[in-house]
Amino acid sequence: MSASHHHAPANFAFTPDNLALAKRIIAKYPPGRQQSAVIPLLDVAQRQHGWVPDAVIEYVAEMLEMAPMRVREVASFYAMFNLKPVGKIRVQVCTTTPCWLRGSDDVVAACKKALGIGFKETTADGKFTLTEVECLGACVNAPMMQVNDEYYEDLDAASTTRILDDLKAGRTPRTGPQVARQTSAPIAGFTTLKGTGGS
Amino acid sequence: MPKLKVDGIEVEVPPGSTVLQACEAIGVEIPRFCYHEKLSIAGNCRMCLVEMEKSPKPIASCAMPAADNMVIKTDTPMVRKARHGVMEFLLINHPLDCPICDQGGECDLQDQAMAYGRGDSRYGEMKRAVKDKNMGPLVKTIMTRCIHCTRCIRFAGEIAGVEELGATGRGEDMEIATYLEKALDSELSANIIDLCPVGALTSKPYAFNARPWELRKTESIDVMDAVGSNIRIDARGAEVMRVLPRLNEAVNEEWISDKSRFACDGLRRQRLDRPYVRHDGKLQEASWPEAFEAIRARLGGLAGDRIAAIAGDLACAESMVALKDLLAALGSPHLDCRQDGAKLPAASRAAYLFNSTIAGIEQADAIVLVGTNPRWEAPLVNARIRKRYLMGGLKVAVIGEKLALTYKIQHLGAGPETLAELAAGHHPFAEMLKAAKKPMLILGQGALARADGAAVLATARQLAESCNLVREGWNGFNVLHMAAARVGGLDLGFVPGNGGRDVAGILDGASSGAIEAVYLLGADEIDMARLGRAFVIYQGHHGDAGAHRADVILPGAAYTEKNATYVNTEGRVQLARIATFPPGEAREDWKVLRALSDALGRRLPYDTLAAVRKRLVEVNPVFASVDAVAPAGWGAFGSAGAMGAAPFVSPVRNFYMTDPISRSSQTMAECTEAFVKPKLGVGKPDAGKTGTHG
Repeated sequence: MSASHHHAPANFAFTPDNLALAKRIIAKYPPGRQQSAVIPLLDVAQRQHGWVPDAVIEYVAEMLEMAPMRVREVASFYAMFNLKPVGKIRVQVCTTTPCWLRGSDDVVAACKKALGIGFKETTADGKFTLTEVECLGACVNAPMMQVNDEYYEDLDAASTTRILDDLKAGRTPRTGPQVARQTSAPIAGFTTLKGTGGS
Repeated sequence: MPKLKVDGIEVEVPPGSTVLQACEAIGVEIPRFCYHEKLSIAGNCRMCLVEMEKSPKPIASCAMPAADNMVIKTDTPMVRKARHGVMEFLLINHPLDCPICDQGGECDLQDQAMAYGRGDSRYGEMKRAVKDKNMGPLVKTIMTRCIHCTRCIRFAGEIAGVEELGATGRGEDMEIATYLEKALDSELSANIIDLCPVGALTSKPYAFNARPWELRKTESIDVMDAVGSNIRIDARGAEVMRVLPRLNEAVNEEWISDKSRFACDGLRRQRLDRPYVRHDGKLQEASWPEAFEAIRARLGGLAGDRIAAIAGDLACAESMVALKDLLAALGSPHLDCRQDGAKLPAASRAAYLFNSTIAGIEQADAIVLVGTNPRWEAPLVNARIRKRYLMGGLKVAVIGEKLALTYKIQHLGAGPETLAELAAGHHPFAEMLKAAKKPMLILGQGALARADGAAVLATARQLAESCNLVREGWNGFNVLHMAAARVGGLDLGFVPGNGGRDVAGILDGASSGAIEAVYLLGADEIDMARLGRAFVIYQGHHGDAGAHRADVILPGAAYTEKNATYVNTEGRVQLARIATFPPGEAREDWKVLRALSDALGRRLPYDTLAAVRKRLVEVNPVFASVDAVAPAGWGAFGSAGAMGAAPFVSPVRNFYMTDPISRSSQTMAECTEAFVKPKLGVGKPDAGKTGTHG
């Protein structure tokens, strides 16, 4: 992402590919109900631009024949939309009760130490932004964090630091549970359906 | 018709009613913040919870449709506990600043906390604070007080038709704001002050001016446009402190325009509070007898046809009938109440009325606007059209300027050519009008106040007949006036008599010397330079254009200072009532004329208001039925002729300043700066010109 993306642009327009995508999304809704496409369109725009400046809000509003204020209401309602510039890699740590009980404090401390920033801050190189979020719905693998579109689960301080170091170095860490566990299966191994079947 | 039981009482309500409305129907009060009769249902404040049999939880009565066999209870321990709980939550973040809050004493939250709250709070944590927002020169915001009822958002989007207000963020971060912190650009914006149930949105011009219990409240009629909005004038001592809307479903519902509400500070400035007489080119203070003597000396030897009178836009019916009678006694046929030169005939009432009535707009299914900008000429007529538009199935077409109205329009053309095409049935929209069940034509002063106005009127009548706008039980021919005095003047026949001159003729006569004396009854919108060397008597309340030109000034009363009759654009006779006394030596206008008539030796035969009103009824029986609209008979009017090519242009160039009162208003000047000048491009030579100049 270029540095220019961190300033609010006067204008915004979809790339030809994204415009075609937007048209496909709008076509999913009945005529006159195109406003229903506001969330996916904001998402497409944020993926293109990195965040959602006023120019994006006005562009989407015009495309969907909505008042800009109505689009801003939606964009500001969802924490997933960034109304201010963010780093290229967005680290969101869940600190809601199940994650907290399972040690999210350690994960948070590891993030702050590894990145050298606090919540709602961006690293000097513009690469990482750290935020604290509410439940992301992966409680069974608590504690967890979301990095861009990926979930990293069953974390502790060590695994968190390793993941962030990999990301810093441009590597792609393995997503999902960071312990020996298949997705959300019981952590101590299977408890049922152990046999091969048949009575 | 659903039949249900509320607190043991059986009630039957119209289909589509809510439980809350059913409760109200039998007089059970349900507390509420977000619910409002005129707005869509939000159901977010939860204050209206009631108990419903077979429901495990209390229900929000504002959002629950009334259904057959429901059993509702509004006064049970469950309901009381629910109200206590909701109120406690609402007060968690509400500041305890009632002593310095302008809403104090008329605050829904305050009242309902007293009536339905638990009396104390168990919340010891920090309250949140919200940054105040800029909403322009009229609406003051203290956003920490906001309880997120969203009435203001719904009003702006639904009634005012400007989707500029919204709620950003969520949960504790939710805030009400305009997009990019811009001022709320609507002629109806200040109604959100009345709607706000707490002190988050209050009146900026009225800030810290008075407490509601100090005010003397007078129910009256607004004169800032020809809608005749029903208002309540709140006064303290000799001063009008504020103007608020009063409910009248047939006229203004419960809204008023920002000009009606805030021009009242103009009543304190530029006032004429004593008579003046011009000596050696300079106006000098005088007593009433001196002023009358100066008039008698000049008028005494003058033949009647050398005297003329023009009634202004704010003149009441009482003063106009007195002036008309005085002119008749002096033998002059030269009088006119159409100072903008509108070519409206006084002979046919249907020709100058808004015949469909304002409430009738809600039945229309096709409307063509000709030479009018209803948003600026009559914001409440515009709001009614929008209301109808939101119901669906309304087509609106415009002949005139391409306007930014609050509903979708089809622009047919700019001027008389298009009107003629439509009247001849050559335009596709003519078919639309013919096919419509209740079609309307709304003809503005921009189409009539021009040299070819009579021909335009005739063409409009032709259109009404060719497209069948006038049918059994429906008259779709409408003239939209802007002057509160106009319909009353036409009803009284305040128009040239036999061989009389109209406004243009009077000005020509004054220029040439054929007219030697001109009586201006609050007439300020004419070209004073064309009065030539005529002796000018100005009777009015503000030192505006007319007073500056006058040789004798007789101080009269503004609309808040007299018991007066006005007829709105529909032909509805309404009574304005005295809220404060006229300042200084100024007097009620009919009394001034009555006294002058005596000084001139032609005493008018009425000494009391009742006698003047009897005279009104004598001149035109419509004055007998107050607050009613009588259908006017359809007849021939207008005179066929060639129409010019010039496009129709609305006469209002600045909504906020259209008459002597609003021109004197500081608040209206601020609105002009904030809303009008940015659009015109400041610095243009015409930017400061007022609406009805020229």
